[in-house]
Amino acid sequence: MTFRCRNVLVLAAALVAESSIASPPNQTALVPASDQAAGIASLWMAMLVGGCLIFVAVMLILALGLWRARRQEHRLSHLASRNLVIAAGVAVPLAVLIALVAGSLFLGNNISSRPPDGALHIEVIGWRWWWEIRYRDSQGELIATTANEIHVPVDRPVRLSLTSEDVIHSFWVPNLHGKTDLVPGQTNSSWFTARRAGTFHGQCAEFCGTQHALMGFRVIAQSAAEFETWLAQQAQPARRADSPMLRRGREAFVSAGCASCHVIRGVTPPALANAVKTDSKNPLSADVRSLSKARTAARDKPVPAPDLTHFGSRLTLAAGTRPNTAGHIGGWISDPQGIKPGVLMPPTMLEPGELTALIGYLQSLR
Amino acid sequence: MSQVTANMPESASSAPSEQATAELNRTWASPAGFFGWFTHVNHRKIGFRFIMTSLVFFVLAGVLALLMRLQLITPENSLMGPELFNQLFTMHGTTMMFFFAVPIMEGLGIYLVPLMIGTRDMCFPRLNAFGYYVYLIAGIVLYLSLFLGMAPAAGWFAYVPLANDMFSPGKGMDIWTTMITFIELSALTAAVELIVTIFKQRAPGMSLDRMPLFVWAILVMSFMIVFAMPTVMVGSILLMLDRTLMTQFFVVASGGEPLLWQHLFWFFGHPEVYIIFVPALGVLSAIITTFTHKRLFGYTAMVLSLVAIGFVSFGLWVHHMFTTGLPHLGLSFFTGASAMIAIPSGVQIFCWIASLWGARIRFATPMLFVLGFFAVFVIGGLTGVMVASIPFDMQVHDTYFVVAHFHYVLIGGAVLPLFGGIYYWYPKATGRLMSERLGRWSFALIFIGLNATFFPMHQLGLEGMPRRVYTYLETMGWGNLNLFISLSAFVLALGFGLTFLNMWMSRSRGTPAGPNPWDADSLEWATDSPPANYNFRHIPVVRSGTPLWDDAIANERQFVSGLRNDRREVLVTTLVDAEPQAVVILPQPTIWPVLLAVAVSIGFIGTIFSPWGFWLGFFLSFWMIVGWLWPRRPWQEN
Repeated sequence: MTFRCRNVLVLAAALVAESSIASPPNQTALVPASDQAAGIASLWMAMLVGGCLIFVAVMLILALGLWRARRQEHRLSHLASRNLVIAAGVAVPLAVLIALVAGSLFLGNNISSRPPDGALHIEVIGWRWWWEIRYRDSQGELIATTANEIHVPVDRPVRLSLTSEDVIHSFWVPNLHGKTDLVPGQTNSSWFTARRAGTFHGQCAEFCGTQHALMGFRVIAQSAAEFETWLAQQAQPARRADSPMLRRGREAFVSAGCASCHVIRGVTPPALANAVKTDSKNPLSADVRSLSKARTAARDKPVPAPDLTHFGSRLTLAAGTRPNTAGHIGGWISDPQGIKPGVLMPPTMLEPGELTALIGYLQSLR
Repeated sequence: MSQVTANMPESASSAPSEQATAELNRTWASPAGFFGWFTHVNHRKIGFRFIMTSLVFFVLAGVLALLMRLQLITPENSLMGPELFNQLFTMHGTTMMFFFAVPIMEGLGIYLVPLMIGTRDMCFPRLNAFGYYVYLIAGIVLYLSLFLGMAPAAGWFAYVPLANDMFSPGKGMDIWTTMITFIELSALTAAVELIVTIFKQRAPGMSLDRMPLFVWAILVMSFMIVFAMPTVMVGSILLMLDRTLMTQFFVVASGGEPLLWQHLFWFFGHPEVYIIFVPALGVLSAIITTFTHKRLFGYTAMVLSLVAIGFVSFGLWVHHMFTTGLPHLGLSFFTGASAMIAIPSGVQIFCWIASLWGARIRFATPMLFVLGFFAVFVIGGLTGVMVASIPFDMQVHDTYFVVAHFHYVLIGGAVLPLFGGIYYWYPKATGRLMSERLGRWSFALIFIGLNATFFPMHQLGLEGMPRRVYTYLETMGWGNLNLFISLSAFVLALGFGLTFLNMWMSRSRGTPAGPNPWDADSLEWATDSPPANYNFRHIPVVRSGTPLWDDAIANERQFVSGLRNDRREVLVTTLVDAEPQAVVILPQPTIWPVLLAVAVSIGFIGTIFSPWGFWLGFFLSFWMIVGWLWPRRPWQEN
């Protein structure tokens, strides 16, 4: 049948088109780097093979049926029709589906079970349009806060607590695991065990407004020793400004208004995020009218922004959008709307000297 | 009332006088002129308007899709900013789902069902007209908001809290919630009307087991609308109250629940997909029956499959929520149900294959679209079973894999059959056949275009590209595939364009069709093309599931006589066996439906801007309903 050939050609053309593309394998479900992603990738391969077989079989049956009539009519008897429908329309699909559902539920149960003891606990809080990351020790004490970059040790289970303070986001690192939503008012959990070192890309997967597209982050899987060193360093307060240039940069950070949203531990007062959180603790006591005022006010006041205490140690800025280099930092400070239109960070006009000092200071925060 | 048997051609004694026919034609005529247009209540007029209006929305939403593809053609493209892109994809989804797919299926039903069951009009003609004007006004207001730059931008699914006034200020989401409530109102009126017409107005002898499968499909669709649409109306009204009257249903800080919205929305949203798909199954059955020239194999199995799909589709909604943190055990039921719905679909597909097997088929354009359906829909169905798996869905949910999946299902499962149906029934509506040559080109371009556009999206999704992104970074490596997809989208658009061109040109240039150009079996082909105002000169009596073929073999037709010519009488029959029961007099053309629709619109749209709009709309509507229901004696009119 010309019809089927055309279809096969299209499929082949699409496959050729795809295979010729060398994509960096750091945001793909097809190159798993954890137990969980590997399980899902195997399930996908099984379903892909099975799906192709079923598709070809159905097309062949259809083609054969049409081919039978090329010279003269050659209809199926009632009995043969019935057998075809029962076998191909009911029995085979039923068997395939039972196997698939069983396998899928088995895998799903493994993935969604509780993580083993001794898992590393990381909190992820979704904001428009960046990720707040908090490390806690086994007693639940806060060790370090960072943003848009998660470091994890290889071969140790990592437990994620996921929530949001504004709209629904979804946490997704395809190489490490499927996604889990960050829903305001509830804390979801997910866990994975990375099996090889590397830098993996993640991205928000639930539409969350204007800058949903550029709400990315990095997950860096590294050896346990490297990870401990990194975490210990992140737990420190910010590096002191020990030269006149750095001090000038630090002053610019405060005087230009950056400090009204961003925190640098040891330099600026505690996070605004905490203030907002206590606000929303007991809203039920307020009547509707004051609630509406509070909501209008909340819309206008500055929102919490990434903790910059160790900004200089990060790979990217603007939630995975630009590499963390002096030029990009300068561009982001002076014109964030040009890079991510609609982002909540306002542009900041600084004298060239001040800007250079500020960039130098931010880069020094390692 | 009596039954009359007539030989074919009709014998002289039973042939009606020309005078009586002219009188009947006058009785059922729709007034001419611009103002007359607003008083039409005839089902063919209203159904035709539904179909044409939804095709206009199809083109508009298609243009929006092409604009989005232009933006995504290269990484970090600066063609448009995120605000506009987010409006475009919100409008694309909203239009395709609410303003194209459902209304066009309703329109097909409204146009064809009375013809297929052998009656002269639907049971509530004025309600029919009201539903159309509500739909038209909702669509116009929504598109005005786009052209005024205040369109909704929170997605067609409008997830809260993003859709709350705190995160989506401005009037866009207010317009969205209001128009969604509005369009569902229109869908409900059409559904109620179709159900009653199908149950009570079938020609004598058309018992339920002789009803064409298309009519069964429309019946199942209508019941699904009745049960699904109210939940999204409840949801959108709650959201509207949150936004305008400061209620707190979805405001987390006050104990509101974001997932409540998702449950309400998807309890409607999943059946919605099948509301679109089920009538398309009916179209396929009609075309395959005609082109194989034999009643389909497994009529009972097909009907049971349609009904089963209707029921099971209400048990799938949570598979849109696999990543929201609900417990795995609860989710697993929905994996089971999602897999289960593949069985009735499989039964239907193999009943069709068994019917096609070894049959001498004329490969006219409608049949090409049917064959295209098999290839495309099977792929969409297979990926549908894949995403029913919770762990796999966690990877591909909200990625381009899912975009690929549902475009395969909706274009393959609904749009291809629909376009086949357009080629198939166009001669009935216009009296002329569409061009086969253009039809083949159109099919080829659509088939190639849709596979080239949507197949690579599977790959993009697995490679980590999420949905609803206005741009992507060059380092992601998605550029080449996106370029290929964007170019293919234009091939697809060209294919659809050729069919529209064909529709336009064939109006005057097509080959005259005659009453039954395809030698089909069902009653709509027993009357003229296009049918006269009264549809059937005599109400036929049905004695089998393929009445036209069996009448031809028996070389006689049976009619009911005794309906009066001077007023709009239709025959009411019993629900199961379709035995004559009563005669009902239908209302004349009237202006009140359009006036009521305008009054209700003033209420709904006014409420967006001021609470007084509600009161104004309420009192205006009250007076319009008084006018509508003003007692009169229909037998004294004319």
